[in-house]
Amino acid sequence: MEFKDYYQTLGVAKTATAEEIKKAYRKLARKYHPDVSKEPDAEDRMQAINEAKEVLGDPEKRAAYDQLGQNYRAGQDFRPPPDWDAGFEFTGRGFDGAEADEFSDFFANLFGQAGRRRQHGQGYRMRGEDRHAKVVIDLADAYQGATRTISLQVPEMDAQGRVVTRQHSLSVKIPKGVKEGQHIRLTGQGSPGMGGGPPGDLFLEIHFHPDQAFRVEGRDVYASVPVTPWEAALGASIETPTPAGPVRLKVPAGSQSGRRLRLKGRGIPGQEPGDLYVELTVVLPPADTDKARELYATMARELDFDPRRAGHGRR
Amino acid sequence: MADDKAVRGELIDEATLTLEELARACAVEADWVIERVESGLLADGSRYVRRQRLTSQRFTSRDLTRARRLRQVERDFEAEPELAALVADLLEEVERLRTRLRATGAE
Repeated sequence: MEFKDYYQTLGVAKTATAEEIKKAYRKLARKYHPDVSKEPDAEDRMQAINEAKEVLGDPEKRAAYDQLGQNYRAGQDFRPPPDWDAGFEFTGRGFDGAEADEFSDFFANLFGQAGRRRQHGQGYRMRGEDRHAKVVIDLADAYQGATRTISLQVPEMDAQGRVVTRQHSLSVKIPKGVKEGQHIRLTGQGSPGMGGGPPGDLFLEIHFHPDQAFRVEGRDVYASVPVTPWEAALGASIETPTPAGPVRLKVPAGSQSGRRLRLKGRGIPGQEPGDLYVELTVVLPPADTDKARELYATMARELDFDPRRAGHGRR
Repeated sequence: MADDKAVRGELIDEATLTLEELARACAVEADWVIERVESGLLADGSRYVRRQRLTSQRFTSRDLTRARRLRQVERDFEAEPELAALVADLLEEVERLRTRLRATGAE
């Protein structure tokens, strides 16, 4: 287990006042808050910052940590001496159990274990905490349903009473009809309970991979399909891809580029399935042969058409 | 892993979480949720819900996302609940607009 230098994490001196620690924390929290940060590792950073604040922001924990950390540097192999926390009382005030699961082994061993030991001593029976994870699926999975294997870090107590994290793989059925941002609850797959209490639940938050061909809003799905000028003008039956496979689509005569056709019920399935909107994009053939140029010239000659004149513009 | 070993989950959709379940999923006390629903910061903020009615109130996937966000902003910035709700409103609005922008193909 690596020693964590919480002062380094927050970028403050070991002599920093409570006010300085709070300021440094807020500044970093604003920078790395996952909701607003553009940094790729924002979530991990925020976790580390929260963990550091949890310790340094609490006078008791900070004092214990300071005493313990005198001879350690960040990254150094670390093993907490037995009863290192004797003489300190972590009241648990403001201690957020659910977060502790996401904190490092280092934190869990120092502060998690101390808390647990006391709770055990009092014959404490407690339901395990609920956990949360994000799962990214393809849009097609929302149409057909899918099975995904997810990996979670599970903190566990080893034979010596130390907290270790174990990789836990779980195969999960993603039901069809799931929407972006929706949650799936897996009963009993959260953190284990304490003192014989039941385990918590695991909540999966579903997100979609960005799709080249389709865009999604709620249950409605949007796509654009290229058509030739004559298909748009004369009408046609064309094959168009949908997330559930290709379908035949009737292009009405007299369509313009940008026309949006609705395929009712072909969005994401559900009790009230969404719709699929297909936007027509008219693509002109290139005038790169004599034949093509001649056809364009014939149209120019024969058709009375000026899109910049009133009544001829785009619909 | 074999398909038949896969765990089947429950889709949280319109009205599946009870007050206690929502509170537990956010690692907060039920009172924390009640206070925020009562003051219109959570779960249909347009109306004020009386405490007695909350025991039968059901919460959606969206409520869960919002409640977790409120809690995170409140904790990380030591923010007042109202301020956290304002942040959540703005973030939700940005998400809505981004989705719409993507749906029109502009992004």
